Amino acid sequence: MIRAQVLVCGGTGCTSSGSKAIQQAFEEQIEKNGLVDEIKLVQTGCFGLCALGPVVIVYPDGTFYSKVTPEDVSEIVSEHLLKGRVVDRLVYKDTGDLNTIIENVSLSDTAFYKAQKRVVLRNCGVINPENIDEYIAMDGYQALGKVLTEMTPEEVIKVVSDSGLRGRGGAGFPTGRKWDMARNLVKDADQKFVACNADEGDPGAFMDRSVLEGDPHAVIEAMAIAGYAIGATKGFIYVRAEYPIAVKRLEIAIGQAREYGLLGKDIFGSGFDFDLELRLGAGAFVCGEETALMTSIEGNRGEPRPRPPYPAVKGLFGKPTVLNNVETYANIPQIILKGAEWFASMGTEKSKGTKVFALGGKINNTGLVEVPMGTTLRQIVEEIGGGIPNGKKFKAAQTGGPSGGCIPAKHLDVPIDYDNLAAINSIMGSGGLIVMDEDNCMVDIAKFFLEFTVDESCGKCTPCRLGTRKMYEILDKITKGQGTLEDIDTLEELANYVKANSLCGLGQTAPNPVLSTLLYFRDEYIAHVVDKKCPAGVCKDLLSFTIDPEKCKGCTKCARNCPVGAISGAVKQPHVIDQSKCIKCGACMANCSFGAISKQ
Amino acid sequence: MKSLAELSAIREKMKEKVVLREGTGETRVVVGMATCGIAAGARPVLNAFVEGVSKAGLTDKVTVTQTGCIGVCQYEPVVEIFEAGKEKVTYVKMTADKAAEVIERHLKGGHVISEYTITNYQL
Repeated sequence: MIRAQVLVCGGTGCTSSGSKAIQQAFEEQIEKNGLVDEIKLVQTGCFGLCALGPVVIVYPDGTFYSKVTPEDVSEIVSEHLLKGRVVDRLVYKDTGDLNTIIENVSLSDTAFYKAQKRVVLRNCGVINPENIDEYIAMDGYQALGKVLTEMTPEEVIKVVSDSGLRGRGGAGFPTGRKWDMARNLVKDADQKFVACNADEGDPGAFMDRSVLEGDPHAVIEAMAIAGYAIGATKGFIYVRAEYPIAVKRLEIAIGQAREYGLLGKDIFGSGFDFDLELRLGAGAFVCGEETALMTSIEGNRGEPRPRPPYPAVKGLFGKPTVLNNVETYANIPQIILKGAEWFASMGTEKSKGTKVFALGGKINNTGLVEVPMGTTLRQIVEEIGGGIPNGKKFKAAQTGGPSGGCIPAKHLDVPIDYDNLAAINSIMGSGGLIVMDEDNCMVDIAKFFLEFTVDESCGKCTPCRLGTRKMYEILDKITKGQGTLEDIDTLEELANYVKANSLCGLGQTAPNPVLSTLLYFRDEYIAHVVDKKCPAGVCKDLLSFTIDPEKCKGCTKCARNCPVGAISGAVKQPHVIDQSKCIKCGACMANCSFGAISKQ
Repeated sequence: MKSLAELSAIREKMKEKVVLREGTGETRVVVGMATCGIAAGARPVLNAFVEGVSKAGLTDKVTVTQTGCIGVCQYEPVVEIFEAGKEKVTYVKMTADKAAEVIERHLKGGHVISEYTITNYQL
């Protein structure tokens, strides 16, 4: 009889920090201590606190161990599992409040988890994603059963519409309306399709990957429900080939679902047939755009095409198609089971439910969080994220990746939903949330994202192909201190033009990082152009390192560490940096023991 | 899968295996499993609770877990039962048979078996 279970994270984050070796160590130690019949080892998906990986949870007490090494395992087994003594030194210490470090033994008590509401991620880190039985135990496939045996397709669409669920890929189109259009706009279609967008391309976003790795059956079940609702018998999941664990678990999950007859012919004896296929994307950012994605599934080069016609009318292979994002689908089974009212009770007036964010950048708790819509950015950054490391000050948060904008400190208390973010010139996006502190240069950030979109522009339409390139060139000029005030105006004009005239979402949103930084941080642009200074000290061409002769003791450490021999001076005499030779690498500053070197 | 009944059968069969991870039932049975407890025979007691609770169909409500030494080593194996809104009950010198009795009378019936509690031994 199993009395305790050890859950080891097998998500991508923890796998790369070595969770496989830990799993093996547990197997060996459990065997060695004769606990095979009492302790069960389970590999799960992502728990969310990736920065602290590899993570291990011991149930029923919910003890949360972080940064576990294979060497720690024998201690956990002999102390905790055998004798019931929690291994304190490995227990996750709450970083929520740096002044009062509280030791948390139970996972659900930590500040990181307490403020979260896990709907989409409910099974991530709880079940073994490679075992369909565990998903079924958590009410899995009950929603599909209910839909096929008790509900008409119209009723399914009505529940989804009433729930207020909107597309989690970023644009926020009402999911119920999308399904309704795919069901009703084309009456005489001989074939319809359901597709899932798992081409998570935003740098820093990984919530879709985590759902696929941690709870793949939720997406499969939801796609079958969508198929029933619109009258499709075939579905495609378009997933990045760079997500090998997600791909593997999807393959296993699809195989198990077929074996159980939850995919295939005559599901639940209802006469409804549905099957799924995987399509691996090669990693082009534009393939996350719906029309380009479908073109790629069809076997062609991933390029967008003009809309209308919308996919609901003419999608995959010219047939009506519903295309939703992974996170959108992951909400569906629970909406069916718990009802539209339950879902609509969470969130704000126009944005219902929860949203998963991938927290990254200058933040203590890097990881995956799920919060009700309407949670403020401040709560996410300060409470759940545990604030900014090294006592630095919050400068901005970037949402929506290369398509999104920056939210400055003055908007920290805006409740996050689709409409509020749009009103402050950002977008919800797929859920990447990158936190920036005072050491980040906003011009440099805009340049970083533009460089990305220049690379990823498919080149089909001119505004995007040339416009993003020109914008990048202007930004590059500004960061090098060669910009003029006129350049800033040209940049803004160009950004608005590209936004208005590009063919697809990639080009239409590519200028957002520029426009929002211009809106909130124009003074930084002006500092680069007029004063030839980078206030954050990032843009190398505008920096100069100087030695304060008062503080310099003449220890020669800086001169010895300078890779280009730019520092000269006699022993015990103040040293000097030759600005014409200096490459601004910062090695001197990092090595000075007296704080005599400053950059500005 | 030809029917909902089949699905429910799998669900019922598996439910017990994952219910541990839903964490806290309303009642917690904590068995002292330090060296003193193990030496006094806490392991059969712990296993008796795990099995008995499951057999009695109480897994949704009762969480069986372990702890270290609580400091009354001469009374081990010690089992503490925490119920929401009630005083904690400490059973001492437990055996697997007594565990079965506690499940039957205390966890199911709601009556504390006072002759097994620490108050009966101390002072």
